[in-house]
Amino acid sequence: MSTSNPEAHGDIAPGDELAPADISHAIRGYLVGLALATLLTCVSFYIAQSTLVWQPSIPIALSVLALAQMGVHLVFFLHITSGPDSVNNVMALAFGLLIVILLVFGSLWIITHLDHNLMPMERLMQMQR
Amino acid sequence: MSAGADVYPGGVAGGGLARGGGLAAALTEEPEHGPSKRIVVAYGFWIFLISDIILFSALFATYAVLTDATAGGPSGRDLFELPTVAVETACLLLSTVFCGFAGIGAQVRRNGMYYGSMAATFVLGATFVAIELHEFATMIAAGAGPDRSAFLSAFFALIGCHGLHVSAGLLWLLTMMAQVYAKGYRADIRRRLLCFALFWHTLDIIWVALFSLVYLVGVAPR
Repeated sequence: MSTSNPEAHGDIAPGDELAPADISHAIRGYLVGLALATLLTCVSFYIAQSTLVWQPSIPIALSVLALAQMGVHLVFFLHITSGPDSVNNVMALAFGLLIVILLVFGSLWIITHLDHNLMPMERLMQMQR
Repeated sequence: MSAGADVYPGGVAGGGLARGGGLAAALTEEPEHGPSKRIVVAYGFWIFLISDIILFSALFATYAVLTDATAGGPSGRDLFELPTVAVETACLLLSTVFCGFAGIGAQVRRNGMYYGSMAATFVLGATFVAIELHEFATMIAAGAGPDRSAFLSAFFALIGCHGLHVSAGLLWLLTMMAQVYAKGYRADIRRRLLCFALFWHTLDIIWVALFSLVYLVGVAPR
């Protein structure tokens, strides 16, 4: 069967069929994903409560860890990979990410400036003190 | 124009079919040319999931803007309990892995693996929803309901929307178990199962963003 082609294993797009012989390989893929996701989750929970990391950098560190974990989920669970059948999925995801980034960072950027410019007088005085 | 045909998904997936040709022939119903129906269905559902992710990002942007708008009420630091969040995270992560096993079980048509994994997925998902409801009830009882501050309104909208998605997913899960029981592993049923698996995995991805950026950042020392 051509699905036993070793190159094809890592690159199964969502919707690709699975041969019965590949079952242990597929299970192992999920277990590797589980191990990586668990590791990243534990690191996130540890960092959030520890004094190990310079404190103002914690939100950035958590964001990076979350992004890494989302990548692990995409590859090992959703099988959004570099395979030929996945090209369209990756393109759609890239466009979705663009919208998400515009929405989240755009909102934060605009509202932070608005908040600063429309600051109530007492708070402004407090900051100047 | 023949060059144009290469841009069409059929051209892209042609290589995939050549790769999986033996299997596609064995399972047939798939046309000789163009992508298999499973891949087209998965792609269409993926587009829906991305629109769902955009919905969540809008709610998330609202929350991020309003985190400090506590109106003198409790902030995340006072309310969030990390041990609870850790258990919720574990439930959802394990359930997403079992959901993957259920998909494998359906593809190789092993009843024990399919029903067992689906049941495990359901139990873990239901535990997640139960813990979340308990968390919400505790907060509301303590006077920190969605009416307390803009921060809490945004919090309940964001986390509640995810909880609603998980609850809807649980209903869908039961439906898929019943459909496989009644109709067997037919090609159309397995396509629906594939969409369910994509939905469930995506909910876990959204939860990763929520537990990291809402709960953990919310209690992190500043």
